[in-house]
Amino acid sequence: MSIAEKFVSMEYGPAPEDSKEASAWLDHHGRRIGLFINGAWQAPAAGQYFDTVDPSNGEKLASVAQGGVADVDAAVRAARAASPKWRSLGPHSRARYLYALARLVQKHSRLLAVLETMDNGKPIRESRDIDIPLVARHFYYHAGWAQLFEQEFAGYEPCGVVGQIIPWNFPLLMLAWKIAPALATGNTVVLKPAEFTPLSALAFAELCQEAGLPAGVVNIVTGDGSTGEALVKHPDIDKIAFTGSTEVGRAIRSATAASHKRLSLELGGKSPFIIFDDADLDSAVEGLVDGIWFNQGQVCCAGSRLLMQESIAEPLMSKIRDRMSSLRIGPPLDKAIDIGAIVARVQLDRIERMVAQGVAEGATCWQPQVVLPSRGFYFPPTLLSNVHPTSIVAQQEIFGPVLAAMTFRTPKEAIELANNTVYGLASCVWSENVNVALHVAAQLKAGVVWVNCTNLFDAACGFGGYRESGYGREGGREGLLEYMEPAWFKHAPALPAAIAPAASQAQAEERPAASSPAIDRTVKLFIGGKQVRPDSGYSMQVRSPDERLLGEAPLGNRKDIRNAVEAARKAEAWAKATAHNRAQVLYYCAENLAQRQAEIGQRLASVVGEKQAAAEVELGIQRIFSYAAWADKFDGAVHNPPFRNIAIAMNEPIGTVGVICPAETPLLGFFSLVMPLLAMGNTVIAIPSERYPLITGDLYQLFESSDLPGGSINIVTGYASHLLKTLAEHDDVDGLWCYGDEATVAAAKAMSIGNLKQVWTNEGRAIDWFTPKVAEGRWYLEHATQVKNIWVPYGE
Amino acid sequence: MSIDHEFSNSGRPFAADVASREQSPSTTIATLSGRPLLSNSGIPLDLNWVREVRVNTSAVERRAQSQVARRTVKKEWQAAWLLRAISCMDLTTLSGDDTDERVRRLCAKARRPIQQDLVQKLGIEALDVKVGAVCIYHSFIETALHALEGSGIRVAAVSTGFPAGLSSFAERVAEIRRSVEAGADEIDVVITRAHVFGGRWQALYDEVATFKHACGTTHMKVILGTGDLLTLRNVARASYVAMMAGADFIKTSTGKEPTNATLPVGLVMVRTIRDYAQQTGMAVGFKPAGGIRTAKQSIEWLAMMKEELGPSWMRAKMFRFGASGLLGDIERQLEHYATGRYSGEYRHPIA
Repeated sequence: MSIAEKFVSMEYGPAPEDSKEASAWLDHHGRRIGLFINGAWQAPAAGQYFDTVDPSNGEKLASVAQGGVADVDAAVRAARAASPKWRSLGPHSRARYLYALARLVQKHSRLLAVLETMDNGKPIRESRDIDIPLVARHFYYHAGWAQLFEQEFAGYEPCGVVGQIIPWNFPLLMLAWKIAPALATGNTVVLKPAEFTPLSALAFAELCQEAGLPAGVVNIVTGDGSTGEALVKHPDIDKIAFTGSTEVGRAIRSATAASHKRLSLELGGKSPFIIFDDADLDSAVEGLVDGIWFNQGQVCCAGSRLLMQESIAEPLMSKIRDRMSSLRIGPPLDKAIDIGAIVARVQLDRIERMVAQGVAEGATCWQPQVVLPSRGFYFPPTLLSNVHPTSIVAQQEIFGPVLAAMTFRTPKEAIELANNTVYGLASCVWSENVNVALHVAAQLKAGVVWVNCTNLFDAACGFGGYRESGYGREGGREGLLEYMEPAWFKHAPALPAAIAPAASQAQAEERPAASSPAIDRTVKLFIGGKQVRPDSGYSMQVRSPDERLLGEAPLGNRKDIRNAVEAARKAEAWAKATAHNRAQVLYYCAENLAQRQAEIGQRLASVVGEKQAAAEVELGIQRIFSYAAWADKFDGAVHNPPFRNIAIAMNEPIGTVGVICPAETPLLGFFSLVMPLLAMGNTVIAIPSERYPLITGDLYQLFESSDLPGGSINIVTGYASHLLKTLAEHDDVDGLWCYGDEATVAAAKAMSIGNLKQVWTNEGRAIDWFTPKVAEGRWYLEHATQVKNIWVPYGE
Repeated sequence: MSIDHEFSNSGRPFAADVASREQSPSTTIATLSGRPLLSNSGIPLDLNWVREVRVNTSAVERRAQSQVARRTVKKEWQAAWLLRAISCMDLTTLSGDDTDERVRRLCAKARRPIQQDLVQKLGIEALDVKVGAVCIYHSFIETALHALEGSGIRVAAVSTGFPAGLSSFAERVAEIRRSVEAGADEIDVVITRAHVFGGRWQALYDEVATFKHACGTTHMKVILGTGDLLTLRNVARASYVAMMAGADFIKTSTGKEPTNATLPVGLVMVRTIRDYAQQTGMAVGFKPAGGIRTAKQSIEWLAMMKEELGPSWMRAKMFRFGASGLLGDIERQLEHYATGRYSGEYRHPIA
């Protein structure tokens, strides 16, 4: 075609990125790549390889090693062996290595971008302009944390050897999100890239070599799900970090329940994209393009649920359709392509199946007139309207370029619809009114809220979900905490399985015979601010260590737990109370405890002895004071990502949290766990010490007299093992703190997988509740909160 | 091969269009998403348009950035786009030291924007590529008309107290009339920026409507002075009022403001053009001016027009660059395309 003809047509024409260098890289490896273990390339033990394919044309790119159990073991052993030296290397040396990795990513940025696009199918514009720069940024940022580690995290230790499993949608970026914080904090790593997209991780392994990273610090084991499973189950792994589907996240939670492996999960999402009538609609439409048509919609935080105010629905839909018509879909190496290829045939099938199902359920499907390439896996941008909350396309993650559109009438309804999901990863709010935008942002159950923007990421801002979108954060200070533990906690002794009786017999025999019987003291359950009888109508005997009957406590059952959770859920206004107000209530609790110090101590002494009882009450008062003090001081942060905006990291309560209190310190253990949760605005269902549940009678009198709103704290006594099951399995409980022996905490983790509630335990270790340095403070508050990052760009 | 008649540049297609518009108001001048659009005859001032303006600066900037990053043209497509940029150019000289001879030189360059051997190498003789118009002060209209006779290149005169627009209103209107009488094909007027700052939308509307009346059938481009207006919301509001008052084109800047045509400003203006077209069925053209100096920039602007408004706004009838230095860079890039060697400024005849 001549220039003259093109002068008339004014089409874009092809603009292919050259893949020569990437092909040469593959050829250099003979198109057959092994495992990167202990700083060297190794063939897989079983000699098996699988093909990785360019999804834009279906052509094989290379054979990649299928890592087996033996390979994973070799990698873990290499990481373990490298661990002591890497830890003792010191922060500055680690910072140098991370800095070198950042520089190397920049130096080889084009090769990495092209390789990523060939392996994954994402547009080169995205891998080149978004993924790879963010990878470099992540290493720079964490080079900084490596440098500051000892000053900023005194008393913390790295987890040790970390197993990391990453998805195929942002292969190298997810690798950076995993490896950078792990290395910065002194961990060594075994990482398994996704089966569909192993190449950029292997190229990264070469950068590790080039940087002179000590052998074994980073190991890359490619393979399929079975490789990941071998990694998760390996006994010498200290932590698993996983990004991927909620289903696999559940399996990992289940598989690691009986171990002490720390776990961070970044799972699926069905993120709402809310547009108010006072939004800049043209910009909101561009936001949608960045939200759902970015990376072919294969983004866990994709704004896949459009919620639009009824009054603007018509014009907005028209604008969306117009915009969809100008999206260019085609070969991802073309520099003017918006939508590339879907990663694999199975994913394409899934998208097609779900869209068909949505249409079968009544949704209207609109797609622009586009010609899809004849080869490769492509799916056109798709708009589904007439979607209702009941529709499968409104509930389930599609992971494709498919937008499901719904309307709302009021801000209240927008929030309700937005939160009507099991997920809670990200969300968008578009409004030119700062009051509306922030009002809604504060109430969305999501780890990230983008106000008038979409899919912005930065190493300085934590990313991670609420609810079944996982737990833990990546990025920011909070992300770093996932890779370390307080030294005292890591080395705390194991709690004995059976609790030894305390030495408190002295006064037991000498009980004076009463001339007339004492007035019976009836202890009840405390639910919704009321003293209630147990549903079962039974009581349990409570005996002192010398088997003397101390009294009878109500025997709570499943229904009592159910009622307690309902009461706690209804009391969520506690979270909205001002921090100052919560502090006042807690101080008042301490004041009332001080007034009744003697009598509570006396009763407690019959179980734990006078000395411990006195200490528990005295320190209990102090502990409540501490958390009253913290209530208005555990602040969030304002981050500095490289954009013109305010990124506000807010510490939000987790929600309704169940607490299995430590047995050994009935009063102090209760306060040590319940008070940080209450201080941060959680509502609590507590199972008090099984050893001395009668403490409940003292506790609720204390709470009743301290203006604590009904339902904010609920206490159910009974056999902890029974109650734990109901609580851990309850799908309306957001978090579970379980302090008990090894078997109890393993059970708590295993039973929590239904809604993937956040489980925090003592890992069966003994905590010295009498030493404030370890028994209170930030460590507890960090677990009592989750961070929500609200991005608010500004400018006029 | 069929070439859009407008680029045959024989006679004066625009003048003919304007005349026919008078006779038959149903002439389609552009299409938007397949919908035929008429030329803009204005509508009564509707303040709701102004009140409902919502522009999120950060989001607009982000879109402007990503659009640039996500669209590119290479090889012969790039050459074709650069030629199109030339055809959409208002080759401009607006300096205190302008002379008749200077204007004649400019007109000569306008007639032959690319040297002949390059035209041959590119194989585009049949296109007969010329700039869209020359843009000059009133005093040089006659000179320009004379120099451009028979070329089909239009003569645009800046008017209404350009660039500040602060001479007396009667004088500004009279200035338009004088330029129209002198034979200018197009009049570039400037608005009173103070009306925007003061929210005096009726005054702004009346001002532009009066200018339009003075222009008669002569093509009117309304310069908003976006570098003075500063905020994108003000740019959008002024755009709507100018269109309602009958602007044929809206134009970013005078070229004399501290900042001139930026992509975010352009994006906001073309979005108002799209909205106006969708609501009224009338098409308004767009002219970014000032600060556009590179071939790459010209492609970015053309891509923005293609993305936001479609191919109708990639033609001189609906889109112009106000530029003085742009042509030189485009020539160098075209030569690079033709020879594979990078070129130097002195190797191309200047205006």
